[in-house]
Amino acid sequence: MYDLISRYLVWIAFAVFVIGMAYQFVNLYIQAKREKAILPYMTWKHSIRSLLHWIVPFASRNMRIRYETTIVTFLFHLCLVLLPIFLTAHVVMFSFAWGPSWSTVSASAADWLTVLVLLTAVFFLLRRLMLPEVRFVTFPSDYLLLAIAAAPFVTGFIARHQWFDYETMVLIHIIAGAVMLIAIPFTRLSHMLFFPFTRAYMGSEFGAVRNARDW
Amino acid sequence: MGLPKLPIVSDPGLDEPAKTLTPQKIEEVINRVIEKETAARLRVYMKTCVHCGLCSDACHWYLSNDRDPRFSPVGKVKQTLWEILRRKGRVDADFLKECSRIAHTECNVCRKCSMYCPFGIDIAYQLLLVRRICSLLGLVPQFLQDTVNSHAVTLNQMWVKQDEWIDTLQWQEEDARDEVSTARIPLDKEGADVFYSIIGPEPKILAQLIGNIAQIMAVAGVDWTMPSLDGWDNSNMAMYSGDFETMGRVERAHHEAALRLKCKRIVMGECGHAFRGAVYDGPKWLAWKEPPIPLIHAIEFYHELLTSGKLKVKQKFEEPVTVQDPCNVVRGRGLGGKLREIIRMTCADFTEPEPGLEHNYCCAAGGGVINCGPPWKPSRVKGNRVKAEQFEATGAHIIITPCHNCHSGIEDIVAGYKLGMHVKFFSEILMQVIEIPDDIKAS
Repeated sequence: MYDLISRYLVWIAFAVFVIGMAYQFVNLYIQAKREKAILPYMTWKHSIRSLLHWIVPFASRNMRIRYETTIVTFLFHLCLVLLPIFLTAHVVMFSFAWGPSWSTVSASAADWLTVLVLLTAVFFLLRRLMLPEVRFVTFPSDYLLLAIAAAPFVTGFIARHQWFDYETMVLIHIIAGAVMLIAIPFTRLSHMLFFPFTRAYMGSEFGAVRNARDW
Repeated sequence: MGLPKLPIVSDPGLDEPAKTLTPQKIEEVINRVIEKETAARLRVYMKTCVHCGLCSDACHWYLSNDRDPRFSPVGKVKQTLWEILRRKGRVDADFLKECSRIAHTECNVCRKCSMYCPFGIDIAYQLLLVRRICSLLGLVPQFLQDTVNSHAVTLNQMWVKQDEWIDTLQWQEEDARDEVSTARIPLDKEGADVFYSIIGPEPKILAQLIGNIAQIMAVAGVDWTMPSLDGWDNSNMAMYSGDFETMGRVERAHHEAALRLKCKRIVMGECGHAFRGAVYDGPKWLAWKEPPIPLIHAIEFYHELLTSGKLKVKQKFEEPVTVQDPCNVVRGRGLGGKLREIIRMTCADFTEPEPGLEHNYCCAAGGGVINCGPPWKPSRVKGNRVKAEQFEATGAHIIITPCHNCHSGIEDIVAGYKLGMHVKFFSEILMQVIEIPDDIKAS
């Protein structure tokens, strides 16, 4: 069982993730062509200008107004993407299977960054529960998505510290990671894929058509 | 969540048609619109929005209603479009009446929220989609629908007949010549440099603005014309009711009137939504990437006249002024900078509103909301308390609003919150400060 999951599930998840993302991208392109007023209005200059203002912390007015959410959001997303890639255990496993390896974060840094991810996830949870404008538009699926994103970190942390049965915890961790990867293309986590395109479109419409800023 | 009950407003435009709607008709129309009229944007927006509520701080309705989440941009989408899609169009007429209330009367489609959404989701587009569905089902606030009917029948917003139009121009030309002896309103002049177009309410209720422009044109020596036939009205309420077929006809008539007269460019009077319709909403629907003829807003035109020296300022306007940034020309065309330049050229005491430019609050009247008429006025004024507070903080006496919707909406805010300020178009400031050369000054 352990063998089966650790050996295959991770690759199945990656395959679903990659194919799912490709499918969503192609679908996006087809739909954008169908909606005739999208592609002709897009420009590289205004797309990049808008993207830059929204991936640099505090470069937009709303990021400055909601500075606490901005800080937490950037930390959360950075760690969420980078930590798994530079985690020693992951690199070693990748290297074992495929050969190449790369530098990693130290074990204690990884520990602290994991705690950081979990704290930021708690912030998002509290935000959902406590801010009326967020709670009003919250569905059970929003909690589920947050849980899916946080689960690999909770389970990874527990496994690393060998708090319960190590082997079971690692299995749960692998499953949690796989669930997240598989969920990304097919849930609202797909904002990972769509963010640059929605931003680029709005940036183009504001910039090229309306000669105005969108930050 | 224990939110206070909102007042029930009766509107025959919603109450009467709702009685005759069948579930089959509702489902058929909704699914037709979703299937045939939407593609990438709606689908991606539905998949991308993470329900974070960060758009809320953009909305004057939300801020003014004590941060009631029902008035936040995403809150409005949740109560309407998300529910329509979740139920696959199987919603009842009472639900759609609520949708129309939210989409037609409590959102100005000012698009500020897309500047606050981290993903740049066009929330106004989604509420326009709700309006589209409501409009196809005949659910449109009565006053708004009446203006659309007028557009459909007369190609102007105010049921102005052709003889009334020409008569008004002649009357205003006479009045203008009492001030400037060379003032003319040339009709149907082929090849003129400027085709000047205005909104329907000008000849109907604000005719003196036409006289003003006749004087300004004469002083600046501009070669201009207006059409005697349809196409003179550049306003477009059909764009906001959701009747896009009529919107397309109105925009086409406007552009074609200018093309027929072989004018070099269109100059549009001080109105924001009309500009939006002529520059992009209209052309997009008509499958024109750009308007077929160069087109500028009054702000740009006055900027040209003032910077080129065609208009000279005799003495600056002394009273303290501030400005209302119209969404459709500032957020919609980046004219905030030029607007400030012309104000500084003509006014001695200008105070910047906070927030200003693209981030300024909407007037709460635009987007067809003021055209929904008296039944919806109390909620509209209540929904823009932040605007009143913003103006009060400037200490100005005069609010310059280069847009008709803003002008009327701000007048309601000024009266509703007893601000004791006055609202002026920029042309009214110009009339007070420009130098009229002695040789053309009427004696």
